[in-house]
Amino acid sequence: MLKINNLNATIDNKSILNGLCLDINPGEVHAIMGPNGSGKSTLSNILSGKKGYEVSGEVLFEEKDLFELETEERAHKGIFLAFQYPLEIPGVNTNIFLKTSLNAVRKARGEKELDAIEFLKLVKEKSKELKFDEEKLNRQLNVGFSGGEKKKNEILQMSLLAPKLSILDETDSGLDIDALKIVADGVNTLRDKNNSFLIITHYQRLLDYIKPDFVHVLMNGKIVKSGGPDLALELEKKGYENFN
Amino acid sequence: MDNRQKEINNLKDYKYGFSTDIENIQAPKGLNEDVIKFISNIKKEPEWMLEFRLKAFERFKVLKEPDWQKPKFPKIDYQDLYYYSAPKSMKDKPKSLDELDPKLLETYKKLGIPLQEQARLNGIAVDAVFDSVSVATTFKDELTKQGIIFCPISEAIQNHPELVKKYLGSVIPTSDHFFATLNSAVFTDGSFVYIPEGVRCPMELSTYFRINASNTGQFERTLIIADKGSYVSYLEGCTAPMRDENQLHAANVELIALDDAEIKYSTVQNWYPGDKDGKGGIYNFVTKRGLCKGKNSKISWTQVETGSAITWKYPSCILKGDNSVGEFYSIAITNNHQKADTGTKMIHLGKNTKSKIISKGISAGSSDMTYRGLVDISSKAKNSTNYTQCDSLLMGNKCGAHTVPYIKNKNSESNIAHEATTSKISEEQLHYCQQRGLNPEEAVGLIVNGFCKEVLQQLPMEFAVEAQKLVGISLEGSVG
Repeated sequence: MLKINNLNATIDNKSILNGLCLDINPGEVHAIMGPNGSGKSTLSNILSGKKGYEVSGEVLFEEKDLFELETEERAHKGIFLAFQYPLEIPGVNTNIFLKTSLNAVRKARGEKELDAIEFLKLVKEKSKELKFDEEKLNRQLNVGFSGGEKKKNEILQMSLLAPKLSILDETDSGLDIDALKIVADGVNTLRDKNNSFLIITHYQRLLDYIKPDFVHVLMNGKIVKSGGPDLALELEKKGYENFN
Repeated sequence: MDNRQKEINNLKDYKYGFSTDIENIQAPKGLNEDVIKFISNIKKEPEWMLEFRLKAFERFKVLKEPDWQKPKFPKIDYQDLYYYSAPKSMKDKPKSLDELDPKLLETYKKLGIPLQEQARLNGIAVDAVFDSVSVATTFKDELTKQGIIFCPISEAIQNHPELVKKYLGSVIPTSDHFFATLNSAVFTDGSFVYIPEGVRCPMELSTYFRINASNTGQFERTLIIADKGSYVSYLEGCTAPMRDENQLHAANVELIALDDAEIKYSTVQNWYPGDKDGKGGIYNFVTKRGLCKGKNSKISWTQVETGSAITWKYPSCILKGDNSVGEFYSIAITNNHQKADTGTKMIHLGKNTKSKIISKGISAGSSDMTYRGLVDISSKAKNSTNYTQCDSLLMGNKCGAHTVPYIKNKNSESNIAHEATTSKISEEQLHYCQQRGLNPEEAVGLIVNGFCKEVLQQLPMEFAVEAQKLVGISLEGSVG
């Protein structure tokens, strides 16, 4: 599904990723762990299409050159990024944002756009599943939301858009244990043989609830070690220093 | 005999035979008493109307073009303009939709205006024009039943001279500022509305049909009178873009609300803004003023200004009646090289008067936007309040936004509150929207419409939908 081959990235002449390689097949859950500044967020930014980086190497998504696609085209093709810091957009009603987003994606996929009634029914259902306070849907997007609510809103959007590849950028940071479980449930519900996940995290904690197929350690812009779920436990015990 | 004199003589010959050939009639270039007499004559105006015009012209001669505004413009040669030009002849108009600028058609399509409507807007299909006339007539019957007068002002001057005489110039006197006075001297046509005592006008009145049918010129004059206890909602302009060769538009709009009456006046202005490099476009120098003459009266201005090369206007309320209310809701958008200096004046004269100003300015490209507003609470306007909220949204690094509030409070029992914010659409916000599948233009449209929501909600439903689309279209190409 996703093939990253020798990815290098620099920003403001600072090298962040140095020859990163990663393969993700349909249905797989990969976790990337690494210390601050190892390049985790840069990787998610680049995959989502954020501008400002100088990149080389190759990234293929379903055999297509990802760098040929605009950010929104990547979203249409099924790449979703749950932001580490979801943006606030004052004035824009959350429901309207979600509906506009869902219909933009549906339209691009050649599916029928949902009318207000169909949408509201769907979003109500999903909110319930994720224990997302419905009252928030009528508020301005992420404005005045707590950290946990913002993250849940990301998972709500993920579940609405039903992406093929979901990238979770430190979605667990700042979440209490209840919220963490809800986020994990959201991921596990969507998990099937076709959908893949790339979970970026500092801590092993989230991986207690979302069992990854592979764990990778990212240091200085490249993957220094890969393994199974046990690798996360090992990291938690020994810390990153031992991988240097 | 010089050429100008010759032209005037020719026109004098014309005036008896113009009825069949009105499309070709044009006053000679320039501004002088003869031209004003010519206009008055061709409209078969009564003597008092001509006097009104000439009085204004006398005053105009000593006035100077103001220059305190932020957007500067090249000097206008007032002797180089035509002050009366009947509708363009049919042969100059595009014959079919194929002859129209494809860009214009594309914009229409985006606005969702059906093709026949487009034809009508451009005065192409004759049957379509007839069509609109008949629609208007159907409405007219219903209005007449309730005693509502809604007609061209030139018709009102003939048929309802007592009303026109009493109210015309009562809010914008002939001795007013430069452009308003010019309008008083040379105005060609416009709308007249009278709502009788106690009548609630059953439909939105709009200039839509009439303006498209008659191609009114650069100097419109509108007069709306809401008698005691009446209500009217009036929509001005059409939301489709108009190509217009005229450079200067100096219209006057006067509103008068008597005791317990309410006037809601909405404008969606989308004149030609000039091209991407700032060439061409309209100078929209309009004077709009409402007088809350009676107690408990209310006047509410709502404007969506997206067009024109320069927009320079301050729809104002004079709150004379006790307990009267003035409101101003505005969205002004400038893109490319457009400039706007707009806002309002709230003049509190009566006791317990209230005013509210909500202004949303959006600047993109290399454009420049100024909000300028005056809140003036006189010593007699005890217990009055004003609330002003002034928000600016910037897109890119080359545009400008300025807020210039003037506040005068002359009594201690009144209260004025002013809030202002300036924000910018960030790269991060755009990236976030794009990651959720919106293209940059959809993203900007969504954010901007969110920013403008409070004002858009003030517009009548149908208008609001079109205005919302227009907001997106006006900002196209401003991202990235």
